[in-house]
Amino acid sequence: MNAILLDGVTLRLGGRIVLDRISLEIADAEFVGVLGPNGAGKTTLMRAILGLLPLAAGRIAVHGQPVRRGNRLIGYMPQVRATTALRLSGHAFVAAAVEGDRWGLPRLDRAGRLAVDEALELVGARALARRPMVELSGGERQRLLLAQSLLGRPRLLLLDEPLISLDPHRQGEVVRLVRRLQRELGIAVLFSAHELNPLLGALDRVLYLGGGRASLGSVDEVITAPVLSRLYGAPIEVVRAGGRIFVMSGGQDMERDAHRHDHAGTRAGFGA
Amino acid sequence: MIGLLGYDFMRNAFAAAGLVAVMSGLVGFFLVLRGQTFAGHALSHVGFTGATGAVLIGVSPLWGLVGVTVAGGVGMGLLGERLAGRDVAIGMVLATALGLGLLFLHFFTAYASQATALLFGNVFGVDRGTVWGLAGLCLLALAALGAIARPLLFATLQPELAEARGVSLRLVSVLFLALVGLCTAGCAQIVGVLLVFTLMVGPAAAAQRLTVRLGRGMALAVALALTEAWGGIVLAWFTDWPASFWITALSALAYSLAWALAWLADGRRPVPAAG
Repeated sequence: MNAILLDGVTLRLGGRIVLDRISLEIADAEFVGVLGPNGAGKTTLMRAILGLLPLAAGRIAVHGQPVRRGNRLIGYMPQVRATTALRLSGHAFVAAAVEGDRWGLPRLDRAGRLAVDEALELVGARALARRPMVELSGGERQRLLLAQSLLGRPRLLLLDEPLISLDPHRQGEVVRLVRRLQRELGIAVLFSAHELNPLLGALDRVLYLGGGRASLGSVDEVITAPVLSRLYGAPIEVVRAGGRIFVMSGGQDMERDAHRHDHAGTRAGFGA
Repeated sequence: MIGLLGYDFMRNAFAAAGLVAVMSGLVGFFLVLRGQTFAGHALSHVGFTGATGAVLIGVSPLWGLVGVTVAGGVGMGLLGERLAGRDVAIGMVLATALGLGLLFLHFFTAYASQATALLFGNVFGVDRGTVWGLAGLCLLALAALGAIARPLLFATLQPELAEARGVSLRLVSVLFLALVGLCTAGCAQIVGVLLVFTLMVGPAAAAQRLTVRLGRGMALAVALALTEAWGGIVLAWFTDWPASFWITALSALAYSLAWALAWLADGRRPVPAAG
Protein backbone atom coordinates (compact mmCIF):
# COMPACT_ATOMS: atom_id res chain seq x y z
CA MET A 1 0.00 0.00 0.00
CA ASN A 2 1.19 3.53 -0.72
CA ALA A 3 2.09 5.79 2.19
CA ILE A 4 0.77 8.80 0.27
CA LEU A 5 -1.36 9.03 -2.84
CA LEU A 6 -2.09 12.37 -4.52
CA ASP A 7 -4.65 12.24 -7.30
CA GLY A 8 -5.14 15.45 -9.30
CA VAL A 9 -4.58 17.59 -6.21
CA THR A 10 -4.91 21.37 -6.45
CA LEU A 11 -4.03 23.47 -3.39
CA ARG A 12 -4.96 27.11 -3.01
CA LEU A 13 -3.63 29.53 -0.43
CA GLY A 14 -5.41 32.88 -0.22
CA GLY A 15 -6.61 32.73 -3.83
CA ARG A 16 -3.17 31.77 -5.18
CA ILE A 17 -2.81 28.32 -6.71
CA VAL A 18 0.19 26.76 -4.97
CA LEU A 19 -0.01 23.28 -6.47
CA ASP A 20 -1.93 22.60 -9.67
CA ARG A 21 -3.37 19.14 -10.44
CA ILE A 22 -0.57 17.09 -8.87
CA SER A 23 -0.67 13.29 -9.00
CA LEU A 24 1.96 11.12 -7.37
CA GLU A 25 2.52 8.11 -5.17
CA ILE A 26 4.99 7.66 -2.36
CA ALA A 27 5.70 4.12 -1.23
CA ASP A 28 5.78 2.86 2.34
CA ALA A 29 9.33 2.92 3.75
CA GLU A 30 10.58 5.55 1.34
CA PHE A 31 12.73 8.58 2.23
CA VAL A 32 11.66 11.48 0.02
CA GLY A 33 13.37 14.87 0.08
CA VAL A 34 10.96 17.74 -0.67
CA LEU A 35 12.71 20.65 -2.37
CA GLY A 36 11.81 23.83 -4.15
CA PRO A 37 12.06 27.61 -3.87
CA ASN A 38 10.33 29.62 -1.13
CA GLY A 39 6.57 29.59 -1.61
CA ALA A 40 6.66 26.51 -3.86
CA GLY A 41 4.28 24.73 -1.48
CA LYS A 42 6.45 22.46 0.67
CA THR A 43 4.70 23.40 3.92
CA THR A 44 1.34 23.74 2.17
CA LEU A 45 1.57 20.18 0.85
CA MET A 46 2.36 18.86 4.33
CA ARG A 47 -0.56 20.78 5.83
CA ALA A 48 -2.85 19.31 3.19
CA ILE A 49 -1.66 15.77 3.97
CA LEU A 50 -2.37 16.51 7.65
CA GLY A 51 -5.90 17.58 6.79
CA LEU A 52 -5.31 21.18 7.85
CA LEU A 53 -5.96 22.64 4.41
CA PRO A 54 -9.04 21.86 2.30
CA LEU A 55 -8.25 20.60 -1.20
CA ALA A 56 -9.38 22.82 -4.06
CA ALA A 57 -9.53 19.71 -6.25
CA GLY A 58 -8.48 16.06 -6.29
CA ARG A 59 -7.95 13.66 -3.44
CA ILE A 60 -5.20 12.64 -1.02
CA ALA A 61 -5.01 9.28 0.69
CA VAL A 62 -2.65 8.30 3.51
CA HIS A 63 -2.23 4.52 3.74
CA GLY A 64 -5.41 4.15 1.75
CA GLN A 65 -7.50 6.40 4.03
CA PRO A 66 -8.74 9.85 3.04
CA VAL A 67 -6.99 12.71 4.87
CA ARG A 68 -8.42 13.85 8.19
CA ARG A 69 -7.18 15.97 11.06
CA GLY A 70 -5.72 14.03 13.95
CA ASN A 71 -4.62 11.04 11.83
CA ARG A 72 -2.45 8.95 14.18
CA LEU A 73 -0.63 7.36 11.25
CA ILE A 74 1.18 10.63 10.62
CA GLY A 75 3.98 12.13 12.69
CA TYR A 76 4.66 15.81 12.09
CA MET A 77 7.56 18.09 12.92
CA PRO A 78 6.66 21.70 12.15
CA GLN A 79 9.27 24.30 11.32
CA VAL A 80 11.18 25.66 14.30
CA ARG A 81 9.40 28.74 15.49
CA ALA A 82 9.75 31.42 18.11
CA THR A 83 8.64 30.02 21.43
CA THR A 84 8.47 31.63 24.82
CA ALA A 85 8.42 28.43 26.80
CA LEU A 86 12.11 27.62 26.57
CA ARG A 87 12.65 27.38 30.31
CA LEU A 88 10.76 24.09 30.47
CA SER A 89 12.69 20.85 30.18
CA GLY A 90 12.88 19.00 26.89
CA HIS A 91 11.02 16.15 28.53
CA ALA A 92 8.06 18.39 29.44
CA PHE A 93 8.12 19.73 25.89
CA VAL A 94 7.98 16.30 24.28
CA ALA A 95 5.45 14.96 26.80
CA ALA A 96 3.00 17.78 26.06
CA ALA A 97 2.19 16.03 22.78
CA VAL A 98 1.08 12.75 24.42
CA GLU A 99 -2.71 12.71 24.04
CA GLY A 100 -2.43 16.48 24.07
CA ASP A 101 -5.74 16.80 22.25
CA ARG A 102 -7.72 15.39 25.19
CA TRP A 103 -9.35 17.66 27.77
CA GLY A 104 -8.19 17.49 31.37
CA LEU A 105 -4.97 17.82 33.33
CA PRO A 106 -1.59 17.32 31.60
CA ARG A 107 -0.68 14.23 33.60
CA LEU A 108 1.17 11.31 32.04
CA ASP A 109 -0.01 7.81 32.88
CA ARG A 110 2.36 4.84 32.77
CA ALA A 111 1.79 4.19 29.09
CA GLY A 112 2.40 7.87 28.35
CA ARG A 113 5.68 7.91 30.27
CA LEU A 114 6.82 4.77 28.46
CA ALA A 115 5.91 6.29 25.09
CA VAL A 116 7.95 9.43 25.86
CA ASP A 117 10.93 7.36 27.05
CA GLU A 118 10.76 5.19 23.95
CA ALA A 119 10.64 8.19 21.60
CA LEU A 120 13.55 9.87 23.42
CA GLU A 121 15.50 6.61 23.29
CA LEU A 122 15.02 6.37 19.53
CA VAL A 123 16.75 9.71 18.97
CA GLY A 124 19.26 9.20 21.80
CA ALA A 125 18.01 12.17 23.79
CA ARG A 126 17.08 10.76 27.20
CA ALA A 127 19.83 12.57 29.08
CA LEU A 128 19.33 15.69 26.96
CA ALA A 129 15.63 15.88 27.86
CA ARG A 130 16.32 16.69 31.49
CA ARG A 131 17.81 20.06 30.57
CA PRO A 132 15.80 23.22 29.85
CA MET A 133 15.20 23.89 26.14
CA VAL A 134 16.95 27.24 26.43
CA GLU A 135 20.29 25.51 27.14
CA LEU A 136 20.13 23.21 24.13
CA SER A 137 21.78 23.82 20.79
CA GLY A 138 19.76 23.91 17.56
CA GLY A 139 20.70 20.34 16.70
CA GLU A 140 19.75 19.08 20.16
CA ARG A 141 16.37 20.79 19.95
CA GLN A 142 15.76 19.20 16.57
CA ARG A 143 16.36 15.78 18.10
CA LEU A 144 13.70 16.48 20.74
CA LEU A 145 11.25 17.69 18.09
CA LEU A 146 11.95 14.54 16.13
CA ALA A 147 11.25 12.45 19.25
CA GLN A 148 7.97 14.33 19.65
CA SER A 149 6.97 13.55 16.06
CA LEU A 150 7.67 9.85 16.65
CA LEU A 151 5.21 9.58 19.57
CA GLY A 152 2.40 7.16 18.82
CA ARG A 153 4.52 5.17 16.33
CA PRO A 154 3.42 6.89 13.11
CA ARG A 155 3.79 5.14 9.74
CA LEU A 156 4.55 8.40 7.93
CA LEU A 157 6.76 11.27 9.09
CA LEU A 158 6.38 14.79 7.74
CA LEU A 159 9.46 16.85 8.64
CA ASP A 160 9.25 20.52 7.72
CA GLU A 161 12.70 22.06 7.25
CA PRO A 162 14.52 20.23 10.05
CA LEU A 163 17.87 21.58 8.84
CA ILE A 164 17.05 25.25 9.08
CA SER A 165 19.50 27.27 11.22
CA LEU A 166 21.88 24.32 11.63
CA ASP A 167 25.53 24.35 10.56
CA PRO A 168 26.57 21.77 7.92
CA HIS A 169 28.02 19.37 10.49
CA ARG A 170 24.75 19.25 12.52
CA GLN A 171 22.75 19.05 9.30
CA GLY A 172 24.57 15.86 8.42
CA GLU A 173 23.87 14.43 11.88
CA VAL A 174 20.14 15.13 11.61
CA VAL A 175 19.91 13.62 8.11
CA ARG A 176 21.76 10.46 9.17
CA LEU A 177 19.56 10.13 12.27
CA VAL A 178 16.35 10.44 10.25
CA ARG A 179 17.63 7.95 7.67
CA ARG A 180 18.54 5.43 10.39
CA LEU A 181 15.10 5.79 12.05
CA GLN A 182 13.31 5.58 8.72
CA ARG A 183 15.05 2.25 7.99
CA GLU A 184 14.74 0.81 11.52
CA LEU A 185 11.05 1.64 11.80
CA GLY A 186 10.30 0.92 8.15
CA ILE A 187 8.32 4.13 7.72
CA ALA A 188 7.93 6.71 4.96
CA VAL A 189 9.52 10.15 5.44
CA LEU A 190 8.85 13.44 3.68
CA PHE A 191 11.79 15.70 4.53
CA SER A 192 11.62 19.26 3.23
CA ALA A 193 14.79 21.31 2.81
CA HIS A 194 16.14 24.35 1.03
CA GLU A 195 19.26 22.60 -0.13
CA LEU A 196 19.65 19.23 -1.75
CA ASN A 197 23.26 18.55 -0.84
CA PRO A 198 22.87 17.66 2.86
CA LEU A 199 20.30 15.03 1.80
CA LEU A 200 22.34 13.43 -0.98
CA GLY A 201 23.17 9.83 -0.19
CA ALA A 202 20.33 9.53 2.32
CA LEU A 203 17.25 9.98 0.19
CA ASP A 204 15.49 7.47 -2.04
CA ARG A 205 13.71 10.00 -4.22
CA VAL A 206 13.32 13.76 -4.61
CA LEU A 207 10.04 15.65 -4.83
CA TYR A 208 10.81 19.01 -6.40
CA LEU A 209 8.07 21.66 -6.28
CA GLY A 210 7.92 24.90 -8.27
CA GLY A 211 5.55 27.02 -10.30
CA GLY A 212 2.53 24.99 -9.19
CA ARG A 213 4.07 21.80 -10.58
CA ALA A 214 5.85 18.87 -9.01
CA SER A 215 8.43 16.37 -10.17
CA LEU A 216 9.07 13.13 -8.31
CA GLY A 217 11.93 10.76 -9.10
CA SER A 218 15.51 9.84 -8.38
CA VAL A 219 18.09 12.63 -8.04
CA ASP A 220 19.41 11.85 -11.53
CA GLU A 221 15.94 12.02 -13.04
CA VAL A 222 14.75 15.21 -11.32
CA ILE A 223 17.81 17.36 -10.74
CA THR A 224 18.39 18.10 -14.41
CA ALA A 225 18.39 21.35 -16.37
CA PRO A 226 15.19 20.60 -18.36
CA VAL A 227 13.10 19.47 -15.36
CA LEU A 228 14.19 22.30 -13.07
CA SER A 229 13.90 24.95 -15.81
CA ARG A 230 10.28 23.88 -16.21
CA LEU A 231 9.63 24.09 -12.43
CA TYR A 232 11.38 27.42 -11.94
CA GLY A 233 9.97 28.85 -15.18
CA ALA A 234 13.45 30.16 -15.98
CA PRO A 235 16.62 28.67 -17.51
CA ILE A 236 18.40 26.62 -14.87
CA GLU A 237 21.83 25.04 -15.00
CA VAL A 238 22.74 22.03 -12.91
CA VAL A 239 26.40 21.89 -11.96
CA ARG A 240 27.92 18.80 -10.38
CA ALA A 241 31.24 19.23 -8.57
CA GLY A 242 32.98 17.16 -5.91
CA GLY A 243 29.96 14.96 -5.22
CA ARG A 244 27.75 18.02 -4.71
CA ILE A 245 25.05 19.42 -6.95
CA PHE A 246 24.44 23.13 -7.50
CA VAL A 247 21.26 24.54 -9.03
CA MET A 248 22.21 27.77 -10.77
CA SER A 249 20.32 30.48 -12.58
CA GLY A 250 22.29 33.20 -14.33
CA GLY A 251 25.39 32.32 -12.29
CA GLN A 252 23.54 32.44 -8.94
CA ASP A 253 23.11 29.48 -6.64
CA MET A 254 19.32 29.31 -6.25
CA GLU A 255 19.13 27.02 -3.26
CA ARG A 256 21.92 28.55 -1.25
CA ASP A 257 20.67 32.11 -1.68
CA ALA A 258 17.12 31.15 -0.73
CA HIS A 259 18.48 29.31 2.25
CA ARG A 260 20.59 32.17 3.51
CA HIS A 261 17.61 34.53 3.29
CA ASP A 262 15.42 32.27 5.36
CA HIS A 263 18.16 31.40 7.78
CA ALA A 264 18.60 35.01 8.87
CA GLY A 265 14.86 35.34 9.38
CA THR A 266 14.73 32.29 11.60
CA ARG A 267 17.61 33.44 13.74
CA ALA A 268 16.03 36.81 14.32
CA GLY A 269 12.70 35.25 15.18
CA PHE A 270 14.01 32.68 17.58
CA GLY A 271 15.35 35.10 20.13
CA ALA A 272 17.35 32.61 22.15
CA MET B 1 0.20 37.47 66.83
CA ILE B 2 -3.37 36.87 68.05
CA GLY B 3 -4.25 40.27 66.65
CA LEU B 4 -3.49 39.06 63.14
CA LEU B 5 -6.54 36.81 63.05
CA GLY B 6 -8.50 38.47 65.82
CA TYR B 7 -10.50 40.75 63.56
CA ASP B 8 -13.07 39.95 60.91
CA PHE B 9 -11.38 42.19 58.35
CA MET B 10 -8.08 40.37 58.85
CA ARG B 11 -9.67 36.95 58.44
CA ASN B 12 -11.41 38.21 55.29
CA ALA B 13 -8.12 39.65 54.01
CA PHE B 14 -6.24 36.36 54.49
CA ALA B 15 -9.04 34.33 52.94
CA ALA B 16 -9.43 36.61 49.93
CA ALA B 17 -5.66 36.88 49.34
CA GLY B 18 -5.24 33.12 49.70
CA LEU B 19 -7.95 32.32 47.16
CA VAL B 20 -6.65 34.82 44.65
CA ALA B 21 -3.03 33.69 45.13
CA VAL B 22 -3.84 30.06 44.32
CA MET B 23 -5.80 31.04 41.22
CA SER B 24 -3.30 33.59 39.91
CA GLY B 25 -0.29 31.36 40.56
CA LEU B 26 -1.74 28.67 38.30
CA VAL B 27 -3.32 30.85 35.62
CA GLY B 28 -0.23 33.06 35.64
CA PHE B 29 1.99 30.03 35.05
CA PHE B 30 0.34 29.41 31.69
CA LEU B 31 0.19 33.14 30.94
CA VAL B 32 3.98 33.38 31.31
CA LEU B 33 4.49 30.14 29.38
CA ARG B 34 2.43 31.52 26.48
CA GLY B 35 4.20 34.88 26.52
CA GLN B 36 0.85 36.63 26.96
CA THR B 37 1.59 38.57 30.13
CA PHE B 38 0.61 41.77 28.36
CA ALA B 39 -2.92 40.37 28.02
CA GLY B 40 -3.28 40.26 31.80
CA HIS B 41 -2.14 43.85 32.00
CA ALA B 42 -4.52 44.97 29.25
CA LEU B 43 -7.53 43.15 30.72
CA SER B 44 -7.01 44.79 34.10
CA HIS B 45 -7.14 48.23 32.45
CA VAL B 46 -10.47 47.57 30.76
CA GLY B 47 -11.57 46.00 34.04
CA PHE B 48 -11.23 49.37 35.74
CA THR B 49 -13.92 50.76 33.44
CA GLY B 50 -16.15 47.79 34.23
CA ALA B 51 -15.71 48.27 37.96
CA THR B 52 -16.39 52.01 37.99
CA GLY B 53 -19.28 51.59 35.55
CA ALA B 54 -20.79 48.97 37.84
CA VAL B 55 -20.48 51.27 40.87
CA LEU B 56 -22.21 54.00 38.87
CA ILE B 57 -25.26 51.84 38.19
CA GLY B 58 -25.31 50.44 41.70
CA VAL B 59 -23.79 47.00 41.09
CA SER B 60 -20.87 45.55 43.06
CA PRO B 61 -17.56 46.55 41.39
CA LEU B 62 -16.40 42.91 41.53
CA TRP B 63 -19.13 41.79 39.13
CA GLY B 64 -18.51 44.79 36.88
CA LEU B 65 -14.86 43.78 36.75
CA VAL B 66 -15.62 40.13 36.07
CA GLY B 67 -18.10 40.94 33.30
CA VAL B 68 -15.78 43.27 31.43
CA THR B 69 -12.52 41.33 31.88
CA VAL B 70 -14.07 38.03 30.77
CA ALA B 71 -15.72 39.69 27.77
CA GLY B 72 -12.40 41.40 27.01
CA GLY B 73 -10.55 38.10 27.24
CA VAL B 74 -12.99 36.38 24.87
CA GLY B 75 -12.68 39.31 22.45
CA MET B 76 -8.88 39.14 22.51
CA GLY B 77 -9.01 35.40 21.94
CA LEU B 78 -11.34 35.74 18.97
CA LEU B 79 -9.26 38.49 17.36
CA GLY B 80 -6.17 36.38 18.03
CA GLU B 81 -3.36 36.94 15.58
CA ARG B 82 -4.98 40.04 14.17
CA LEU B 83 -4.02 41.81 17.40
CA ALA B 84 -0.34 40.96 17.03
CA GLY B 85 1.80 43.97 16.30
CA ARG B 86 -1.03 46.47 16.87
CA ASP B 87 0.64 48.02 19.91
CA VAL B 88 -0.59 51.53 19.23
CA ALA B 89 -4.21 50.50 18.64
CA ILE B 90 -4.19 48.35 21.78
CA GLY B 91 -2.57 51.13 23.80
CA MET B 92 -5.21 53.59 22.65
CA VAL B 93 -8.04 51.24 23.63
CA LEU B 94 -6.49 50.78 27.07
CA ALA B 95 -5.96 54.48 27.64
CA THR B 96 -9.55 55.19 26.52
CA ALA B 97 -10.80 52.50 28.89
CA LEU B 98 -8.96 54.04 31.85
CA GLY B 99 -10.20 57.49 30.84
CA LEU B 100 -13.80 56.25 30.71
CA GLY B 101 -13.33 54.66 34.10
CA LEU B 102 -12.19 58.00 35.45
CA LEU B 103 -15.29 59.68 33.99
CA PHE B 104 -17.58 57.12 35.68
CA LEU B 105 -15.81 57.81 38.98
CA HIS B 106 -16.30 61.53 38.49
CA PHE B 107 -20.07 61.01 38.22
CA PHE B 108 -20.08 59.00 41.39
CA THR B 109 -18.35 61.42 43.71
CA ALA B 110 -19.68 59.82 46.90
CA TYR B 111 -16.96 57.19 46.59
CA ALA B 112 -13.88 59.36 46.77
CA SER B 113 -11.66 56.56 48.01
CA GLN B 114 -13.06 54.10 45.47
CA ALA B 115 -10.54 55.18 42.84
CA THR B 116 -7.50 54.37 44.96
CA ALA B 117 -9.05 51.09 46.08
CA LEU B 118 -9.73 50.03 42.49
CA LEU B 119 -6.37 51.17 41.16
CA PHE B 120 -4.13 49.95 43.99
CA GLY B 121 -6.32 47.50 45.88
CA ASN B 122 -7.64 47.49 49.42
CA VAL B 123 -7.35 44.01 50.81
CA PHE B 124 -8.42 45.14 54.29
CA GLY B 125 -11.67 46.47 52.87
CA VAL B 126 -12.82 43.07 51.56
CA ASP B 127 -16.09 42.04 53.21
CA ARG B 128 -17.48 38.57 53.83
CA GLY B 129 -19.71 38.72 50.76
CA THR B 130 -16.73 39.47 48.51
CA VAL B 131 -14.79 36.57 50.03
CA TRP B 132 -17.61 34.22 49.04
CA GLY B 133 -17.73 35.81 45.60
CA LEU B 134 -13.98 35.26 45.24
CA ALA B 135 -14.34 31.66 46.43
CA GLY B 136 -16.87 31.03 43.66
CA LEU B 137 -14.63 32.75 41.12
CA CYS B 138 -11.62 30.73 42.24
CA LEU B 139 -13.50 27.42 42.06
CA LEU B 140 -14.79 28.23 38.60
CA ALA B 141 -11.33 29.25 37.40
CA LEU B 142 -9.64 26.14 38.79
CA ALA B 143 -12.30 23.85 37.33
CA ALA B 144 -11.96 25.52 33.93
CA LEU B 145 -8.17 25.38 34.03
CA GLY B 146 -8.31 21.73 35.04
CA ALA B 147 -10.47 21.03 32.02
CA ILE B 148 -8.35 22.82 29.42
CA ALA B 149 -4.83 22.45 30.86
CA ARG B 150 -3.80 19.54 28.64
CA PRO B 151 -4.69 20.97 25.21
CA LEU B 152 -3.64 24.42 26.47
CA LEU B 153 -0.14 23.18 27.23
CA PHE B 154 0.08 21.35 23.89
CA ALA B 155 -1.18 24.38 21.96
CA THR B 156 1.28 26.60 23.83
CA LEU B 157 4.38 24.51 23.21
CA GLN B 158 3.68 23.16 19.69
CA PRO B 159 0.74 24.99 18.08
CA GLU B 160 1.12 23.55 14.57
CA LEU B 161 1.42 20.00 15.84
CA ALA B 162 -1.50 20.51 18.24
CA GLU B 163 -3.60 21.79 15.35
CA ALA B 164 -2.67 18.76 13.26
CA ARG B 165 -3.73 16.47 16.11
CA GLY B 166 -7.15 18.11 16.19
CA VAL B 167 -6.80 20.77 18.90
CA SER B 168 -8.74 23.95 18.09
CA LEU B 169 -6.16 26.68 18.75
CA ARG B 170 -8.83 29.37 18.60
CA LEU B 171 -11.11 27.66 21.12
CA VAL B 172 -8.26 26.99 23.55
CA SER B 173 -7.07 30.58 23.26
CA VAL B 174 -10.54 32.06 23.84
CA LEU B 175 -11.21 29.82 26.85
CA PHE B 176 -7.84 30.61 28.37
CA LEU B 177 -8.13 34.37 27.94
CA ALA B 178 -11.62 34.28 29.48
CA LEU B 179 -9.96 32.50 32.39
CA VAL B 180 -7.29 35.22 32.54
CA GLY B 181 -10.17 37.73 32.68
CA LEU B 182 -11.64 35.93 35.71
CA CYS B 183 -8.28 35.84 37.40
CA THR B 184 -7.60 39.50 36.65
CA ALA B 185 -10.87 40.47 38.32
CA GLY B 186 -9.90 38.46 41.39
CA CYS B 187 -6.40 39.93 41.56
CA ALA B 188 -7.78 43.45 41.27
CA GLN B 189 -9.68 42.89 44.53
CA ILE B 190 -6.39 42.35 46.36
CA VAL B 191 -3.77 44.54 44.68
CA GLY B 192 -5.88 46.77 42.39
CA VAL B 193 -6.04 46.88 38.61
CA LEU B 194 -2.68 48.59 38.20
CA LEU B 195 -0.77 45.95 40.16
CA VAL B 196 -2.36 42.75 38.82
CA PHE B 197 0.99 41.88 37.23
CA THR B 198 2.56 41.47 40.64
CA LEU B 199 0.42 38.46 41.63
CA MET B 200 -0.30 36.95 38.23
CA VAL B 201 3.08 37.23 36.52
CA GLY B 202 5.69 37.71 39.27
CA PRO B 203 5.34 34.35 41.07
CA ALA B 204 4.92 32.35 37.84
CA ALA B 205 7.94 33.96 36.20
CA ALA B 206 10.05 33.36 39.30
CA ALA B 207 8.92 29.72 39.45
CA GLN B 208 9.89 29.16 35.82
CA ARG B 209 13.38 30.47 36.60
CA LEU B 210 13.74 27.94 39.39
CA THR B 211 12.54 24.67 37.86
CA VAL B 212 12.27 23.13 34.41
CA ARG B 213 9.54 20.71 35.51
CA LEU B 214 5.91 21.42 34.85
CA GLY B 215 4.19 20.20 38.02
CA ARG B 216 6.90 21.53 40.27
CA GLY B 217 6.76 24.91 38.50
CA MET B 218 3.00 25.22 39.00
CA ALA B 219 3.27 24.24 42.69
CA LEU B 220 6.10 26.70 43.20
CA ALA B 221 4.14 29.51 41.49
CA VAL B 222 1.21 28.92 43.88
CA ALA B 223 3.52 28.73 46.92
CA LEU B 224 5.26 31.98 45.96
CA ALA B 225 1.97 33.77 45.27
CA LEU B 226 0.59 32.65 48.64
CA THR B 227 3.77 33.70 50.47
CA GLU B 228 3.81 37.09 48.78
CA ALA B 229 0.09 37.79 49.32
CA TRP B 230 -0.05 36.66 52.95
CA GLY B 231 3.40 38.07 53.72
CA GLY B 232 2.26 41.42 52.36
CA ILE B 233 -0.77 41.42 54.66
CA VAL B 234 1.35 40.53 57.71
CA LEU B 235 3.91 43.23 56.94
CA ALA B 236 1.14 45.76 56.35
CA TRP B 237 -0.31 44.89 59.77
CA PHE B 238 2.98 45.54 61.53
CA THR B 239 4.12 48.61 59.57
CA ASP B 240 0.78 50.20 58.73
CA TRP B 241 2.06 50.65 55.18
CA PRO B 242 -0.27 49.60 52.32
CA ALA B 243 -0.53 45.83 51.80
CA SER B 244 -0.31 46.31 48.01
CA PHE B 245 3.09 47.93 48.44
CA TRP B 246 4.38 44.98 50.44
CA ILE B 247 2.98 42.45 47.99
CA THR B 248 4.66 44.16 45.04
CA ALA B 249 7.91 44.43 47.03
CA LEU B 250 7.87 40.73 47.96
CA SER B 251 7.00 39.78 44.39
CA ALA B 252 9.92 41.78 43.03
CA LEU B 253 12.22 40.35 45.69
CA ALA B 254 11.17 36.76 44.88
CA TYR B 255 11.71 37.34 41.16
CA SER B 256 15.16 38.88 41.74
CA LEU B 257 16.18 36.04 44.04
CA ALA B 258 14.96 33.47 41.53
CA TRP B 259 16.91 35.22 38.82
CA ALA B 260 20.06 35.29 40.94
CA LEU B 261 19.71 31.62 41.92
CA ALA B 262 19.21 30.58 38.29
CA TRP B 263 22.23 32.63 37.31
CA LEU B 264 24.39 30.97 39.97
CA ALA B 265 23.17 27.52 38.90
CA ASP B 266 23.95 28.33 35.26
CA GLY B 267 27.49 29.28 36.23
CA ARG B 268 28.11 25.87 37.74
CA ARG B 269 26.83 23.93 34.74
CA PRO B 270 29.10 23.20 31.79
CA VAL B 271 28.44 25.40 28.77
CA PRO B 272 26.37 23.51 26.17
CA ALA B 273 28.06 22.74 22.88
CA ALA B 274 27.41 25.26 20.14
CA GLY B 275 25.67 24.50 16.87
